[in-house]
Amino acid sequence: MNLSGAVEPAISLEDVHIGFEEGDVLRGVSFEVYPRETLILLGETGTGKTLTLKMAAGLLKPAAGRVRVLGEPISEMPEKEILDVRRKIGFVFQEGALFDSMTVAENVAYRLQEDHLPDEVIEPRVREALRFVELEDAIDRLPSELSGGMRRRVSIARALIDRPPIVLYDSPTAGLDPVTSQTIITLILSLRDLYGVTSLLATHRLQDGFALANFRFNPEVGRVVPLAANPGEERSENGGGTRFLVYREGKVYFEGDQHQILKSGDPYLNRFLI
Amino acid sequence: MADTPYQVTGRQVRTEEPPSVSRVLGDGLKRSIAHVQDYSLLCLESVTNILTGPRYLQDLLAQMDAIGVGSLSIVLLAGFFIGAVMVMHTGSQFSRFGQTALTGDIVAVALVRELGPTISGLLVAGRCASGIASELGSMLVTEQVDAMRAMGTDPSRKLVTPRVVATLLMLPLLTAMADFIGLVGGSVVSVFTLRLDAYQFWSRAIAALDFADIMQGMSKAVFFGFILSTVGCYQGLNVRGGTQGVGRATTQAVVVSSVLILASDVFLTRLALYLSGKFF
Repeated sequence: MNLSGAVEPAISLEDVHIGFEEGDVLRGVSFEVYPRETLILLGETGTGKTLTLKMAAGLLKPAAGRVRVLGEPISEMPEKEILDVRRKIGFVFQEGALFDSMTVAENVAYRLQEDHLPDEVIEPRVREALRFVELEDAIDRLPSELSGGMRRRVSIARALIDRPPIVLYDSPTAGLDPVTSQTIITLILSLRDLYGVTSLLATHRLQDGFALANFRFNPEVGRVVPLAANPGEERSENGGGTRFLVYREGKVYFEGDQHQILKSGDPYLNRFLI
Repeated sequence: MADTPYQVTGRQVRTEEPPSVSRVLGDGLKRSIAHVQDYSLLCLESVTNILTGPRYLQDLLAQMDAIGVGSLSIVLLAGFFIGAVMVMHTGSQFSRFGQTALTGDIVAVALVRELGPTISGLLVAGRCASGIASELGSMLVTEQVDAMRAMGTDPSRKLVTPRVVATLLMLPLLTAMADFIGLVGGSVVSVFTLRLDAYQFWSRAIAALDFADIMQGMSKAVFFGFILSTVGCYQGLNVRGGTQGVGRATTQAVVVSSVLILASDVFLTRLALYLSGKFF
C-alpha cells in the first residue's frame, strides 16, 4: 500500500516494447497484477507471453518501457541487484528447466543450498514441498527418469520452496494429457489458495484460466470445490480474483474477467473458447 | 478493459532493401566487435568473481576433478609418444654427426618450453573446451541457465568462474606431468634405439634445463588454460539455434581455442625469450 492508501501492484508493465532483429514482438504493453490476484495471459504462439514472464522475472530487459515488481523498477536495475528481487519470485518454466545433473531433491533444495542453510533445515522443507506436489517417492530420482508432468510438478515444488509472494507460470500444461493438466491446475489452485501467492500464468488454453477462475482449493475437505454460485463474486480463498489478458500482434487485445470474455462475441476471443 | 479493446493496429511491414556490400561488411564487422566485447567482459567477470563472494568451492573441486584428473590419461599418453618420437627424429639427425648424446638436451628443452604446454593445451582444448561448450550450451537451450538466474544465482559465478579457475590450476600440473612422461618416453627410445645410457640421457636433460625454461612452459600453460576455458564458456553461453547450435558451439570452441592457443604461443614465446634475457 502506498502513501495515498491505494494498493500497489505486485507486477506492473508500463508501455513495454521488446523484440528481436526481425521486429518488435511486444509494442506498448501495459498491465498490472495486484497482490494475491491471478492474471491469465492468453495468446497464440509467438505473441510474447514467455517474453512477458521473463521480463517480469528480470531475465530480459525491455527495449522501452518500465517493469516494476514488488515496487522495484527491475527493468532499470543492474543484474546484481535484480538477483535479490528474483528470490521473491518463483518461476515455473514451460519444460520444467530442471537441472538434469541433479536429483529431484537437489533441484528442489537448490535455492536453500544457495543460502547455505543446514541440511537438517533443508531436508524437511524439501520433503514438504515434494509432498505438496505428491512426488515424495521420486526424491532421489534424476529428471531424465521422470515424465513430462512429473517434471512440471517438481518445477512447481522448486518454485514454492522459498514461499515466494509471486509465482510466474510459463504454459504449465502445454503438451500434457488432460488428466495431468488437471493435476497441474489443481496444484496451482492449491498454491494460490493455501499460500496466497500472486500468479501470472501464460497459456494458450482458456480452460486452464476458467478452472482457476471458477474453483478454489478447500483445505478443510482437501480438494477443489466450486468458487461461487453468482457470476462476479468469484474470489479465491485468500481474496484474490482472476483476470484475463489477451495478446494479439504485440498489443493487449483484451483485458477483463471470464464473463466479459464469454459475452464479448469477438471472433478472435472465440478462437480460444473452442 | 484495456485502453484499446478489440483494436489491433496492423503489424509494421518492413520494406527490405537489397543489402549492399558495404552494409554486409559493416554488419559483419559490428558483429565481430560485439563478440570481442562480450568475450572480454566474460573474461573480466570470470577473474573479478574470484575476488568477491559468493564462491562455489564444491563446483571448483568438481571441475578440477573433471578437467585435471579426467584429462590425465590422454595427456600422459600423448606426452610419452611425443617424447619417444622426438628422440627418434633428433637422434637420427645427431647420429650423422656422432652427437647422439645431445638428444637429451634438445628433447628436454623442446618439451618443457614448447611441446609440453602446447600439446597439453590442445588436448585439453579438444576434450574440455568442447565439453564446457556443450554442457553450458545444453543448459542454455533447456532454460537451465535462465532457471538458475530466476533463482537468484549469477551464472558467471556458478558456471564460468569454477571452470576457468579449475583449468588455470590444472593445466600447469598436467603440463608438468606431460613433460616428465615425455622425457620418460624419450629415455626409453634412446636406450633401445640409440643405445644411449639412461643416466646419461637424464643427466644431460636435467642439466640442459634452467629456471627460465620451466617458467616459460608453466606460464604458457596458465595462458592456454585461460584461453580454452573462457572460449568454451563463451561459446556455450552464446548458443543460438537449439541442439544444432550446441553442436556448432562445441566445434567452434575447439577450433577457436586451438587457433588462439597456437597464435598466442608465438607472442608468448617471443615475450618469454625477451624476459628470460633480463629477469631469469
